[in-house]
Amino acid sequence: MKVLWLQASGCGGCTMSALCAEAPDLIDTLAAAGVEFLWHPALSLASGGEVTRLLQALEAGEIALDCLAVEGAIARGPMGTGRFQMLSGTGRSMLDWVRALAPKAAHVVAVGSCAAYGGVTSAGGNPSDAVGLQYDGAHPGGVLAAGFRGGLGLPVVNVAGCPTHPGWVTETLMLLAKARLTEADLDSLGRPLFYAQHLVHHGCPRNEFYEYKASALQLSDLGCMMEHLGCVGTQAVGDCNIRPWNGEGSCTRGGYPCIACTAPEFEEPRHPFTETPKVAGIPVGLPADMPKAWFMALASLSKAATPERIAKNAVAPRVAVTPTIRKPGGRR
Amino acid sequence: MSDTPRLVVGPFNRVEGDLEVHLDISEGRVAAARVNAPLYRGFERMLEGRAPGDALTLTPRICGICSISQSAAAARALGAAMGLVPTDQGAMLAALIHAVENVSDHLVHFNLFFMPDFTRPCYAARPWYPRAVARFAAIEGQAARAAIAARAGLMHILGLVAGKWPHTLALQPGGVTRTPGARDVLRIQTELRMFRKHLETQVFGGPLEDFAALDSRSALMRWDRGDAGLFLEIAADLDLDALGRGAGRYLSFGAYPLAEGHGFAPGLWQAGEVTAPNMAAIAEDLSHSWMLGGMAHPFDGVTRPDETMREGAYSWCKAPRLEGAPVEVGALARQLIDGHPLAVQLAGGGVLARVAGRLLELARTQILMEAWAEALDPGAVFMRQGNLPETGEGAGLVEAARGSLGHWLRIEGGKIASYQIIAPTTWNFSPRDAQGVPGPLEAALVGAPVEPGEDSPVSVQHIVRSFDPCMVCTVH
Repeated sequence: MKVLWLQASGCGGCTMSALCAEAPDLIDTLAAAGVEFLWHPALSLASGGEVTRLLQALEAGEIALDCLAVEGAIARGPMGTGRFQMLSGTGRSMLDWVRALAPKAAHVVAVGSCAAYGGVTSAGGNPSDAVGLQYDGAHPGGVLAAGFRGGLGLPVVNVAGCPTHPGWVTETLMLLAKARLTEADLDSLGRPLFYAQHLVHHGCPRNEFYEYKASALQLSDLGCMMEHLGCVGTQAVGDCNIRPWNGEGSCTRGGYPCIACTAPEFEEPRHPFTETPKVAGIPVGLPADMPKAWFMALASLSKAATPERIAKNAVAPRVAVTPTIRKPGGRR
Repeated sequence: MSDTPRLVVGPFNRVEGDLEVHLDISEGRVAAARVNAPLYRGFERMLEGRAPGDALTLTPRICGICSISQSAAAARALGAAMGLVPTDQGAMLAALIHAVENVSDHLVHFNLFFMPDFTRPCYAARPWYPRAVARFAAIEGQAARAAIAARAGLMHILGLVAGKWPHTLALQPGGVTRTPGARDVLRIQTELRMFRKHLETQVFGGPLEDFAALDSRSALMRWDRGDAGLFLEIAADLDLDALGRGAGRYLSFGAYPLAEGHGFAPGLWQAGEVTAPNMAAIAEDLSHSWMLGGMAHPFDGVTRPDETMREGAYSWCKAPRLEGAPVEVGALARQLIDGHPLAVQLAGGGVLARVAGRLLELARTQILMEAWAEALDPGAVFMRQGNLPETGEGAGLVEAARGSLGHWLRIEGGKIASYQIIAPTTWNFSPRDAQGVPGPLEAALVGAPVEPGEDSPVSVQHIVRSFDPCMVCTVH
């Protein structure tokens, strides 16, 4: 499968993250499934006229486009022209190129939350009038219609994340190359279920604090960050704590909250990112699929039952009280 | 003599974003250049009216390659407004986190962005060509592949103490969110040891200390080991010192602020002298930018795009000036302002000087990182708490891999009233100002040779990439 990768209105961080793929590295991982790049802006030699000629040949159908991968949102401004991002040397906007090339592609992949939904590029009043490929925030229909399908029948595959985990990108491309990704393997927002069927909460090392609602009061505390610090790991999709980042990392392991960067409109939480909105002192926002009454009952019960070790550690930067060791009684 | 009087070069890849260069050609050389940063997103506008702390989440996402630099600048700007600085150990861990990104960027730039241009068929007759292809062919070159692996390993440090890369929230005005333990420190040191091994076996072909001790241009040009040696052989053959020379005016905000001072000193270099830069004398000129408003210091600046994209302007990039004149920023600037004798000899140089300055800094930063890791105290406090003011202002001035990065923040009524950013490539790739003075890249391109039939002159590509541009940061 030959992939044309375009960088639209974004930061390029999903490519930079993909280069962190390990064991094997990005290139060997993709090659193992027969994935190669027709052109990638950060990796390929071709520049200038060589690239323009390639794009023209793809547009004319002279070269098959197995997969169009777009990283970054698509700017529609100013005034609907798309000229907030021109593709250099071509005299045409990225908006125009994406609309021209997507119908030629067997598959279209949105790499990152910007390309999927608009993401951070559409934050704060959306100065460049940016949208995702097939979504405008959570609403179907971006620069491509809600009914758009790639040549092989799939909607835009939304590898959402800000940035994307290297594995999300490589495995999506590999599954497509091996014809093992169907529409049933995507969630209702177009995200591959292999990572979107998990919650960031799964495997979070702060789970014991969560169980007792033993909460961190400030960043650098070890406790659960849901109650005060804006963490939405119990609602956000992603396997971040099942297969960590850069070796051993994740946001919650790094000491800061999950902001649901895999979700549409995460860039506008309507409260400061690291503060939990509350009504009458009670946090707004429930863990996924949890009935409110049960959550309230369990939370008050577990909070009352918090062991001293957990209460103390929750508000400390390093473990202050270690688990009590129960000695086995079998031998003397 | 070229028969093409004008060229428009783009799409321009391996520049972290896209770039369009307009060239006037005369007698086979570039007579004038205009540089267009073709992407506007409007981050400064997005931040207005938000909670000040949101800058720590949003500004790293300006850039996927300078992400931590943006974090560091935002944290420092907020800290300045709060009257808060990190604890000593927090500052040291933050410096280490930032340095990991910067050396990773240097490694990526050299191996993936800059060197592949020497594998172009136009160089097939050069004696070094087969070695350049073996080492630096795009995607497949041995050096490129080894660099990708070494970088991924080094970034385990960020997994350990910054959660992930890019786009961490670990850097805060008071320090770092993750408190490392003794085993974390040892893991950090192990990763650094592995990275040194990569640098010494692949990049330098010898001890880092030997490269860092080079004290003259002639000593540099005698370095014949590793990929650095291959680059220097190519540079001598193609006279890359003469290609794309700088104007000799350099700025550094100072890298890695620690309790005992900066890792690399701040300063303004001009006419061979280093002085303290007057930060109040920074102003952004909008005469050739598709931006509305007048010339202003970033505390007073606005970002209002000219949606008509008026004639006469040609870039979304503003034109920052220090005391009315452009400055070049980057690794070479930092190293010569820090007083390194080799860098001082390279001042005013072109492609060779910029790339050699970056290699020198790669070696020196590794040595700094090792010292900081050794000095990390797992029993220390890594973060200090503070409160945001209802009203205040602050500047966060840091050094990204590719040069000086500043955030200027004003808070009113507990919200961001104004947030202005000048990124390294805003300085280097600025358009002309009202006096018609070109930006540093525009000036450096004048005189570059253009061969008959070239639509994307290779000399122009070398010069552009020698700055290690980050185009997504440029306009932001």
